[in-house]
Amino acid sequence: MILLFVSLFSFSVNSNAKSITLGWAAWDPANALQELTKEFTSETGIEVNFEFVPWPNFADRMLNELNNKGKTFDLLIGDSQWIGAGAVYGHYVKLNDFFDKEGISMSDFSPATVYAYSTWPKGSENYYALPAMGDALAWAYRKDWFDRPELKSEFKKKHGYDLGVPADWNQLHDMCSFFQGREIDGQKRYGAAINTERGSEGITMGVTAAMYAWGMEYENPNKPYDMEGYFNSPQAVEAVEFYRKLYEDCAPPGHSDAYMVANLDAYKSGQVAFQMNWYAFWPGVSKEDSGGRVSGFFANPKQNVAAATLGGQGISVVKYSDKQDLALEYIKWFARPDVQQKWWDLGGYSCHNDVLNSPSFPTSTVYAQGFLDSMGIVKDFWQEPTFVELMLPMQEAIHDYVVNGKGTAKGALDKIIEEWVEVFEADGKL
Amino acid sequence: MSVKKKFKGLSDKAVGWLFIGPTVLLLLAINIYPLVYAIKMSFTNFYANKIGREPQFVGLKNYIKVLNKEAIWEKMQVTASFMFWTLLLQAIIGLGLALLLNRKFKGNELLTTLIVLPMMLSPAVVGVFWTYLYNPQVGLFNYVVNFFYDLGSFDMIGSSTLAPWAIVIVDTWMWTPFTMLICLAGLRSVPNYLYEAAEVDRASKWQQFIYITLPSVLPFLLLALLFRGIENFKMFDMVVELTSGGPGSATELASINLKREAFEKWKTGYSSAFAVILFVTIFGFGNVYVKVMNKIKER
Repeated sequence: MILLFVSLFSFSVNSNAKSITLGWAAWDPANALQELTKEFTSETGIEVNFEFVPWPNFADRMLNELNNKGKTFDLLIGDSQWIGAGAVYGHYVKLNDFFDKEGISMSDFSPATVYAYSTWPKGSENYYALPAMGDALAWAYRKDWFDRPELKSEFKKKHGYDLGVPADWNQLHDMCSFFQGREIDGQKRYGAAINTERGSEGITMGVTAAMYAWGMEYENPNKPYDMEGYFNSPQAVEAVEFYRKLYEDCAPPGHSDAYMVANLDAYKSGQVAFQMNWYAFWPGVSKEDSGGRVSGFFANPKQNVAAATLGGQGISVVKYSDKQDLALEYIKWFARPDVQQKWWDLGGYSCHNDVLNSPSFPTSTVYAQGFLDSMGIVKDFWQEPTFVELMLPMQEAIHDYVVNGKGTAKGALDKIIEEWVEVFEADGKL
Repeated sequence: MSVKKKFKGLSDKAVGWLFIGPTVLLLLAINIYPLVYAIKMSFTNFYANKIGREPQFVGLKNYIKVLNKEAIWEKMQVTASFMFWTLLLQAIIGLGLALLLNRKFKGNELLTTLIVLPMMLSPAVVGVFWTYLYNPQVGLFNYVVNFFYDLGSFDMIGSSTLAPWAIVIVDTWMWTPFTMLICLAGLRSVPNYLYEAAEVDRASKWQQFIYITLPSVLPFLLLALLFRGIENFKMFDMVVELTSGGPGSATELASINLKREAFEKWKTGYSSAFAVILFVTIFGFGNVYVKVMNKIKER
């Protein structure tokens, strides 16, 4: 009996010692990663436990864990904006020595993703994450509706050009408003499911897709944190006004607090002709096309410039983990080109050049070319350690203007700058 | 050894302390200590997420900042408006339902059970399912409103005019049963002989209500409103699930703003000052209210 107890105990100790926990958001790519990781476990014997947190609570849950120096996670796939806080507050292990020792070169990964997901200070050679999941905000549309001859001719008659992938935001508005309130197959349809969520980051991610395309810069490139005339430039104001127009003219009724899942639902239920969302969801959308629904995908349209909102994450080792060696072993395995190829095949978005530069990549899926195009033009929100403090005033002011219809776009942007100045002053940056 | 022997030699006071000791300790650990700590923090520039940065004493700076911030007063106005309308509606409807259920009729018990169901639910769950009820396309609420009066498509939680009413309606739906139950207890404590005497004196039903029922039930109603007032001043979960404080900041109650400042922006010193101000406000109002309530009882 005692022997049995001892052997059971030693088994449990061993299994604990050979297991790590990985934290990420609960979404389609997380399931793909879980599937992929089975190979890691069979190769190394290291069990990987997953904790996937729904997006609305993801940042709260993970950042609280890090701030409390929690040991729940050994590996964390954290949002790109967290990299500053992860590095400055010492939450993430610096990976340079490990990369050198294992021969992992950052030049093997897409430069935009290395810049966005791995480095702090930005563009330096200090790496705190391995690019894990490339992503950007893009658009899906109902190709089956677009291909209907009667709709095509009606649209051309009205606007003088073909119904298809919009060349710019004006065309996007034309097309979205064309479908708004239109009856198709006996059902009332609407234009576009766009980001309007108030609580976390939704509306900011949406409106910046327009602002970047209009050419908005956060700050004076020659004088960091000088935002006046940049973030609230006439182009930026026009973009925010346009986003409100898009919301008012083209969103389905009740789409006033919507982000990823709500956009997906509106699209999948056949309510809308377009949805704004992350590339991460396109494998699912594409696979689930049924009942005559055929989806097309395109990168964020340009306006004054070609630009897209960056999503995606890098994988980091948590400083407070007692199993850093096992976590690093996972990163070493994950960085392998063959694993990266499988990652893409399963529905993850690899950032590895071997995958992205493969001749077959652009045609491997209907959204692959769009992904490549987008990753070349991505821009991200502030990645400062104080990014949450910077995000919240933007969420409030933009939601107040776009959804609530309060004030002016210029007023909203001025108010955001005012709050941001306060944050940067408190952080000693100004 | 018997309990009697065990406690032999201990005074009544000591036994009393023995019983309440664990509770007092718990109270000190989970209520008093955090309160004192928050007060201490409110005088510093502490950020809980900035590891390694020592908090510095900043005097009353945080309090001045909170009180001078226009946005804070907007949130306080939203909170005051939410409290006013929910308490008013819950008082009127709760008392009305209590008067109805105080009568004997077939199905009374079943109806009482059905009416109290909403208050048994989790506020977060209530928030989530009311977002579906308020859906402009498929929501039952919108359907019912349009059935009686055709308003066309309207968005209860996307409109800054309607969203404050959306949260008032949900809170009233959920918590009116509570007011009703307390009022019902009050109504059932009114002795029948008062009504019999009033009948003898040929008092009308209205006079009986004004001179007997209302004064008897008023202390109970005020007590229910005190509880609801304190709860609604701290309202968080239901509103977050329903509107996230939006659109814009149309339904951002003080407690939601406090959570954002404290646990999203991590402005620990500033948010501690805000929390202390909220605490003093509710504590002050509560005390005045209890004194008024006691005076009404004494009449």
